Amino acid sequence: MSSTTLIAARRTLPALSHGQRGRRVWRGGRQSSEFTWAVAFVIPYVAVFAAFVAYPVVYGLWMGHKPSLYAELFSDPIYVSTVVNTVIYLGVGVNLKMFGALLLSGFFMRRSWWTKGLLLVYVLPWAVPALPAFLSIHWMLNGQWGLLNNTLWDLFHIDGPGWLETSRWLALGSVIASHIWKWMPFWTVILLAGRMAIPQEVYDAAAIDGATGLQRFFYVTFPLLANLYLICTLLSTVFTLGDFNSVFFVSGGGPALSTHVLATLGIRDAFQIARPDLGVATVMSALPLMIPLIILLMRKLSRTEIQL
Amino acid sequence: MSALSINRTITRRQPNYRLRRTMKEAAAVAFVPVLLIWTLTPIYNIVMVSLDSKGDVFSNDIWPPHPSLDSFWIVLSEGYWYLQYFWQQFGNSVYIGAATTFLTLLIGSLASFSIGRMRLKYGWLVSNAALLTYAIPASFLAIPFYSIMLKYGLADNLWSVIFAEVTFATPYAIFIFRQYAVSIPIELDEAARIDGASPVQIYLRVYLPLMAPALVAVGTYALLLAWNEYLYQFMLLSSKQSMTVPVALAQFLNSDEAPWNYMMATAIIYAIPPVAIYYAFRGRMTAGLTMGGVKG
Repeated sequence: MSSTTLIAARRTLPALSHGQRGRRVWRGGRQSSEFTWAVAFVIPYVAVFAAFVAYPVVYGLWMGHKPSLYAELFSDPIYVSTVVNTVIYLGVGVNLKMFGALLLSGFFMRRSWWTKGLLLVYVLPWAVPALPAFLSIHWMLNGQWGLLNNTLWDLFHIDGPGWLETSRWLALGSVIASHIWKWMPFWTVILLAGRMAIPQEVYDAAAIDGATGLQRFFYVTFPLLANLYLICTLLSTVFTLGDFNSVFFVSGGGPALSTHVLATLGIRDAFQIARPDLGVATVMSALPLMIPLIILLMRKLSRTEIQL
Repeated sequence: MSALSINRTITRRQPNYRLRRTMKEAAAVAFVPVLLIWTLTPIYNIVMVSLDSKGDVFSNDIWPPHPSLDSFWIVLSEGYWYLQYFWQQFGNSVYIGAATTFLTLLIGSLASFSIGRMRLKYGWLVSNAALLTYAIPASFLAIPFYSIMLKYGLADNLWSVIFAEVTFATPYAIFIFRQYAVSIPIELDEAARIDGASPVQIYLRVYLPLMAPALVAVGTYALLLAWNEYLYQFMLLSSKQSMTVPVALAQFLNSDEAPWNYMMATAIIYAIPPVAIYYAFRGRMTAGLTMGGVKG
């Protein structure tokens, strides 16, 4: 018997006995009442899922099934610019945020007293509810009375632009910056935990081999963090795609409806111009992006031991 | 011993090690003000505007010229017409938060017990359904959800919001509970069962007490989710008496000349409970986020 088969056998053995033991304990044949209990325990969640997830999903698919809705959407210039915004929002927002979080998690690995204190301050945007934070940013970026332009004038005598009122790109940039401000601390904490799970011995070994700081990052930290980083990026993409608050409260889709993303345009169509079918179609046009994303994410999440 | 020898090796190979470390430390210290300004400016703005008196909001000052706590008093005493029902709305938020937390913990722990500990046949289907829900953005489900709540006759009812929050908090709960339960030996269940305990007793006396850390983590998560959520509360609650604080807060934006100082004072009062809870349970929450080891 070769050593590889031995290892393989050893690997499958615990899992097998675990399964058998489970079967022996909970499904002994005599105790069918236990099976009834098990079903009873899972029924509340199944009911919640059926009533509030499965039914709305099916109903939504039915609401947005007409092809004419999509023809209407694609002929609408606002929809086209919304798709462009969504792509920019995801591409720039998610990657800047995750890369910043990766760098900052390295910064917070230094365990001096002041970095610990700084971390407590740094996670404040995550702790504050989204609505007050984004309302504050909305007012802060006001061209005439906002704190940012007042400060620019007092310090440098620069007349700041109307960040949210004048240009699409300034407003979109402001929205992305607000999103990063709010959510980068969360991902920093996750990646920080990931970095702390790397045993110190690995770094000691790298140091003995003479690795410099940059080499240590590329050959030790990043390979060990890569999977976590990928999962976080996927999850963050899904969350960002569904992010309603940043856009709705910072720019409100303005100026002239030029900074909407799919999530906010769908709600606008449904509630402001009372076209729920069009709103559902707007949201459903993200399915070609969402389905592969969700499949990838579910495979990753159910295989690896990671939690969010 | 090994640490000592490693240090010696490094020092020998890099004679300027100490200098480089000092440089790195200096760069780190120089980075601190940037990070602080980035993080704190929007927070400072909330506080500053809330301390402004009525005429000072529309001015070019970068600190309040006549700081006063009047706005807070106006909010607490419901002294402005947008804030007419402030305490009732605050109560609604508390009610939704409490009910969501309780239901999420109950439904999530029961389901995870059944799937993970009792090894229910086809339990994996339920876990995958939960995982799928976790991956669907809530805002994408909002429009059909609203139509269905109308059908259920729950429009403008706090329970419609509670159901929505429970729907989106439970998948996370099941996920965390299942991972955490792996660390609890199944032998405990076996022992209790041999002693004649029923599944309900095992759930109550063995499972729940041992799951306490995970319950705290998930409870905090559910409470904050329900308190901070805006979109579903905005859609489903329309009358002033049934609104929650965030919906009332966003309503200010509709008025022509929004009283930003009252708005920011309301925002601070609304943000204090979640921030306090967050910092009180921070350790537990982070542990919940990374429970079971972030092995990747």
